[in-house]
Amino acid sequence: MLNNRDIVINVKNLTKKFGDFIANDNLNFEVYKGEIFGFLGANGAGKTTAMKIICGLSLPTSGELTVAGYNIYKQQDKIKANIGYMSQKFSLYEDLTVFENIRFYAGIYGLSLKIILRRADDLIKKLGMENMRNTLVRSLPLGWRQKLAFSIAIIHKPQIVFLDEPTGGVDPITRRQFWDLIYDAANEGITVFVTTHYMDEAEYCDRVSIMVEGRIEALGSPQELKSQFDVQDMNSVFIKLARG
Amino acid sequence: MNRFRAFVKKEFYHIFRDKRTMLILFGMPIMQILLFGFVITTEIKNIKIAIWDKSKDEVTQRITNKILGSSFFKLVKTIENEAEIEQAFKKGEIKEVLIFESNFSKKFNSNKSADIQIITDASDPNVANLIVNYTTAILYSFTAFENANIKMPMQIITESTMLYNAELKSVFMFVPGTMAMILMLVSAMITSIAITREKELGTMEILLVSPLKVSQIIIGKVAPYVLLSLINVLTIIFLAVTVFEMPIVGSFMLLFAVSTLFIFMALSLGILISTVTSDQQTAMMISLIALMLPTILLSGFIFPIENMPEILQWITKIIPPKYFISAIKDIMLKGSDFQHIWKDVTVLAGMTVFLLLVSIKKFKIRLE
Repeated sequence: MLNNRDIVINVKNLTKKFGDFIANDNLNFEVYKGEIFGFLGANGAGKTTAMKIICGLSLPTSGELTVAGYNIYKQQDKIKANIGYMSQKFSLYEDLTVFENIRFYAGIYGLSLKIILRRADDLIKKLGMENMRNTLVRSLPLGWRQKLAFSIAIIHKPQIVFLDEPTGGVDPITRRQFWDLIYDAANEGITVFVTTHYMDEAEYCDRVSIMVEGRIEALGSPQELKSQFDVQDMNSVFIKLARG
Repeated sequence: MNRFRAFVKKEFYHIFRDKRTMLILFGMPIMQILLFGFVITTEIKNIKIAIWDKSKDEVTQRITNKILGSSFFKLVKTIENEAEIEQAFKKGEIKEVLIFESNFSKKFNSNKSADIQIITDASDPNVANLIVNYTTAILYSFTAFENANIKMPMQIITESTMLYNAELKSVFMFVPGTMAMILMLVSAMITSIAITREKELGTMEILLVSPLKVSQIIIGKVAPYVLLSLINVLTIIFLAVTVFEMPIVGSFMLLFAVSTLFIFMALSLGILISTVTSDQQTAMMISLIALMLPTILLSGFIFPIENMPEILQWITKIIPPKYFISAIKDIMLKGSDFQHIWKDVTVLAGMTVFLLLVSIKKFKIRLE
């Protein structure tokens, strides 16, 4: 079924070395349009390194990559215009208001003022933040910041949005609400590439890959992986893999 | 261009909303120039002295009048015995004691020689030296006046002219130095802090993932500080001219141009510092120790380079503020034009280009 869909991220033989240390060892995978792709692994397994390469924050030692249909060596600028990124720090400016943050990030993606104002209104309404429009981000609770950061990361309607451990440090209810936002984005056709180490979140993904010591050791839908490893939940899959 | 504008606008929000930054940007220059102008001074005025006149005659009275007639000394105490001297010094009441020997006028008129003992508080040696020099100069002029009708067999008459700073105002020295310090502070330190702050917050990653180019990020980050530094230059010059009556003999445009060059040099330093650090604290410490200290100690701002040990003199050659201070001092006080200061300007320009290239290269390396 998945093979009929468009490929938005294509990674072939990606290797990244830091001196003698091999952070990413010959990675191969594809991500399809509109899916939620979970990129899992223990801390230090190399998932952040791989994600940084795919986002254009860092260059691979070798390998062929296309992101949103563009070559990462030759068409960086095109890629950047077509992706969104949200880090685990939620990365908003605390001394700017909600509206100013939206306006700034939309501005650096080159949106026109008219579009910025319209999307800012839509976004604020969708998040139910009308009365916080002119509040400094500093005084927002963590959960609100996280939802705002995600919505801002997709304000320019990118093809792909990268989320680097987006739910770190927030409570389960807010996490659930956050995943609703992710589903909405996926329904609009935005591909979601998410790293996490919450295994319950892995269940929400269409497909997941699990990295162990720089290599992808498992790749498939949560259902496929559970039957492949003959366990009940993703946590067990992960533990089986990590123990080797 | 819209992107760039959005970026610069955001940067101004950061600056205007942070009280500490605002204080450093605008309070500091005014405070420092006033402090250096009024407090740190190598002139003496109203030095408190005591006199022990063992003779109390017409000549000692005339000398006393002459000394107190200058604005340098102020009589706060008359002393009658040895013990009082020590006491007065210890209490810190006085800086100098003048002791006229007994039978002063008799010895002065008949023996042609009488003694005055000068005792000073040398716990601050520079001040003590100045006091002694001023006192002996006054005494010398007194004897010269008394001897006016006697022709000495041979004499060398010195006549000195203090060019460019006739009144020896020390504030004239401090204005260029303070300017160098403030520009270092604002351009280098604040810039390095502003950039590392984005790293700390994690917003730098977002910026680097966005379609903004690295050069746009750097320029957008520093552009507001160029503007604010230029405002600071104007503030300092304005204060120097109005409050301290410092002349600007040379071209104002040239002064402004050299200052702009120095600002760019300091900004490149700031960017360089931000590439080697990832948090604001470290950026601030490096700026203070690696930039401010040499600016204060080794640029010739307070301590004359000529008096330093040779090895330190060599080190001063790589301190950018040295060239800036020397150039703007020449413009302001001597009215030098470009032909006279081109060497300083060339060295500064070379340093700027070098630092800028290194910092941009380092900035890029960090991305790979």
